[in-house]
This record gives sequence, C-alpha cells and structure tokens, in this order.
Amino acid sequence: MALTHLIALGFMLQAMCGALFQFIAVAVGGNVWRPKLVANTVQPVLLLATLLLVAGLLFSRPVLLSAAVPLFLLALGGFVVAVALALWRTPATGVTLWAMRMAIGGLAITVLLGSLLAEALVHGLSVPIVELTNIHLAWGLGGWALMLLAGVSYHVVPMFQLTRPYPASFSRWFGPLLLLLLLAWSSRIFFGDARWSLAIALPLLLLLSAYAGITLWLQYTRRRKIHDATSIYFRVAMLAMLAFAVSAAALVLRPETGADPRFVVWLGVLAFAGVFVSAITGMMYKIVPFLNWLHLQRLGAPLSAVPNMKKMIPAEAMTGQLRLHVLAVVLLLSAVWLPGLTRLAGVAFAASFAWMGWNLIGAVRRYQSFRDQIRATALHH
Amino acid sequence: MSITAPLFKHHKHCDELFATAEETCANGDWAAGDEAFALLRDQLETHFTSEEQLLFPAFEAATGMTSGPTEVMRGEHRQMRDLLAQMQGALASRDGDTFGGAAETLLILMQQHNMKEENILYPMCDNVLGASDVGASLAERLKAS
Repeated sequence: MALTHLIALGFMLQAMCGALFQFIAVAVGGNVWRPKLVANTVQPVLLLATLLLVAGLLFSRPVLLSAAVPLFLLALGGFVVAVALALWRTPATGVTLWAMRMAIGGLAITVLLGSLLAEALVHGLSVPIVELTNIHLAWGLGGWALMLLAGVSYHVVPMFQLTRPYPASFSRWFGPLLLLLLLAWSSRIFFGDARWSLAIALPLLLLLSAYAGITLWLQYTRRRKIHDATSIYFRVAMLAMLAFAVSAAALVLRPETGADPRFVVWLGVLAFAGVFVSAITGMMYKIVPFLNWLHLQRLGAPLSAVPNMKKMIPAEAMTGQLRLHVLAVVLLLSAVWLPGLTRLAGVAFAASFAWMGWNLIGAVRRYQSFRDQIRATALHH
Repeated sequence: MSITAPLFKHHKHCDELFATAEETCANGDWAAGDEAFALLRDQLETHFTSEEQLLFPAFEAATGMTSGPTEVMRGEHRQMRDLLAQMQGALASRDGDTFGGAAETLLILMQQHNMKEENILYPMCDNVLGASDVGASLAERLKAS
C-alpha cells in the first residue's frame, strides 16, 4: 500500500497537477489565480504529505498518518479551489473543459475518502474499510486520473501524432457516463448485491475498452509517420488498459477467481505501471522539452540561438528507458504468478524510474546551461 | 457557415503537408523533401499573411483590442517563421538531426497555436465579424494558394 501511494501521489499526482497548470491556459483559456504562488505552495506541501503517508504506511506509524492528513487537505484543497475557479470562470466550452471539471471533482472525492480512511486506520473508526478503499481507488484511478487522461487525450493524441479527432459522439458521452458509473459503483456501499456490482462493472470496463480501442485506432490511422517514445508509450498504456478491462471482466464474471489475492495485484500492476506511468512518462517526454524551448526563446535571444526540442533529452535515452519500462512491467506481471521473479521485477522497475528521473534531470540541466549561454551572449553584445 | 471555417480547414491542410515533409526528410529522400518542405512553407506563409492582413486588422478594428490575442498570435507566427528558416537551413545542408528537431518543435508550437486560435480567437472573430465580408476574402485568398 505504501508503494502504491508512492506511485499514485509521488509520481502521478505531482505530474498531473503540474500538467493542469499548462493545460488550463492552453486548452481551455483559463487563468489560475497566481499560478506560481499556488504551485510553489502546493508542490512542497504535497511532497511532505506524501512522504509522511508512505512512511506511516510502510512502518505502521499512526502518528505519521495523522500528520499527513491535514497537509493533504490543505495542499489539495487549495489546489482544487484554485483550479476549479479557473475552470468555471473561463469563457471556453467543449468536452475537454467538462472532462477537466469532472476530473477535479474526482480528485476532491478521492482526497476526502483517503483522509477518512487514514483517520479510520489511526483512530480505529468503525467504517467499512475494504468497501471504502475500493471506492477511493475507483475515484482516484477513474474519476480523477482516467477522466483527466481522456480530457487531455482529446487534444494531445491528435496534436502530437496528427490523428483524426476523437469521434464527437464518443468524447461527448465518455466523461458523463464514466461519472455516472462511478457514482453507481460508489452506491455499492449501501447495496451489497453482487448483481448490482456486475451491472455496473461490465459497462464501466466496456467504456474503458472503448477509450483504449478508439485511441489505438486513431494512432494506427494517423497522418504523421514518425515513431517516437511518446507515441509508443501511449500505445503501451492503451494496450495495458485493454488488458486491464479483459482481466477485470474475467474477475467479475467468475467471482471464484477473485478469491485468489494475486489477481488484484495483477490488476494493480496493469493500472498503475501499465496504464498511467506509461501515459504520463510519454507525455512528459514531449512536454518537458517543449517547455524548455518555450522558456529559452522567451529570454529574447535570436531564435536560431535556442536549441530545438531534440537537444533537450536525447532520443536514444528516451527509447532506451521506454524499453526498460516495458520489460519491468512484463516482469512485474510475471512475478504475480512466479514469485521467484519479484526481486528482479522490483529492481527493473526501480531502475526504469531512476533512468526516467535521470532523463528529466538532464533536461533541466541542459535548460540551465543553455540559459546561461544565452544570457552570457546577450551580455557580451 | 462561420467566417473562420476556411482557416480551420487550412490548418488541417497544413498538417498534411507537415507530415509529408517530415516523413520524406526522415527517410533521407531529400529531393522529395525539398519539394514537400517548399509547399509546406508556402502554405503556412499564406495562412499567416491571410490572418495578419485580413482577419486580425478586422478583429482589432471591431473590438479595439490591439494588444490582446492577435498580438500573441502575431508573435507565434514570428516564432514559426524562424523555425521554418531553421528547417530550410538544415534541409540545404542535408542535416537530418537539426531538421527533425526543428520540425518537432514547429509541430508542437503550431498545434498549440492552432488550438488557441480554434478554441478562443476564431469563435471571438465569428462573433464580432459574422456580418462582414472578411470570410469571403479569406476563403478566396486560401483557395487561390
């Protein structure tokens, strides 16, 4: 559980919050109130809260969980309010805007449920922990992460790969249906009926498959023919989502398989490492070099003096890291059934993250050195 | 039909030309690359000047906003022209890496730019210029290209 939160909060949430700042301005023309202040406050508090929570879970120290909860509520509460104001004030319209509005609501629900669960663990409150955990997970992965990913995909899939747009009938209905199904899923806490769960889970999985299938089809029929780490990462994410949907459907239709706890781990690996880590890494490999370029050329140097995007992270480093990540996911999935592989899978997964971190740190260092060069040249003249 | 519809359509046309130019150069087919790139640069230039000479002045006259979105768009046109010049230089020296890097940067800049125009500026133009003849002039200019 500590490691899951390390990925979900330490990696996914940090990247997604950062991406929202960029995306609100570009895609929906909104303005976050004092974005630098919000980002510079939320980011460190979130980091501290995550470390406390993970340490609390890892070493079973309730006092650390107690300390983490108010920090999460403060950081994410502030973030949700700032972003929601920007999203409701913008004059823009469209499916991406609505997906982002619903996603931010999904984040709020996830945080509230997570805080309740942490308090329940600390104080031994009599709440249905397992059911609430399932609902917390569904909102975190579905209502927040997937909703945001879909909203962002409507723009970035056509934009990075020059594909056709998502069919309007799909993008219009995906978000509202997902929201509705998640609400219905949450009502499981009141109706424990297995048939009710089945009636919700299958349409939910069908919806995931439709999103993944359409995205793969759009990429297959794209106009741009160049392959890069981003496009392959996105495909890996969509294939993992299809595998997740098929496996989860098998679990729902044959509840006896659910008795094997390894099955849940299998689903977790597919969702976290397979879908979201892949999709987010792929997008960072495109957005970080572009933002580097954008900030460098704003320094006022002649554009020819600003190095292009491919000079920020070497293509070989990105594809190499991608291969290691795919290997790590395959090893993790295999280790679910072959415990002998667990250590190797863990090492591969950690190494792929370390490599990704190295690539991103490299991009920051190159940005700084190019910036210093440009400033020195400007002073010289 | 909205007055900016021809510009929407022309964005897609330029995307096609971009994909061809990028692909031919990535494959090292420089002769075809020269031709495809010339076409791309020509069409983008037509698009930029149509906006700068027809759409933006009309929008500015109708709204009185001269330092708003149109100024940002003009600035981005300048950046894209610079990147096109970098690509031209790389093409002349058959430098695939520099061409690919500049192309990648142009693509993201161009797509962000189009997104801002299509989601924000064009709807504003349709609102304030709906009754004017700017749409017909734009369609004519882009068709002639």
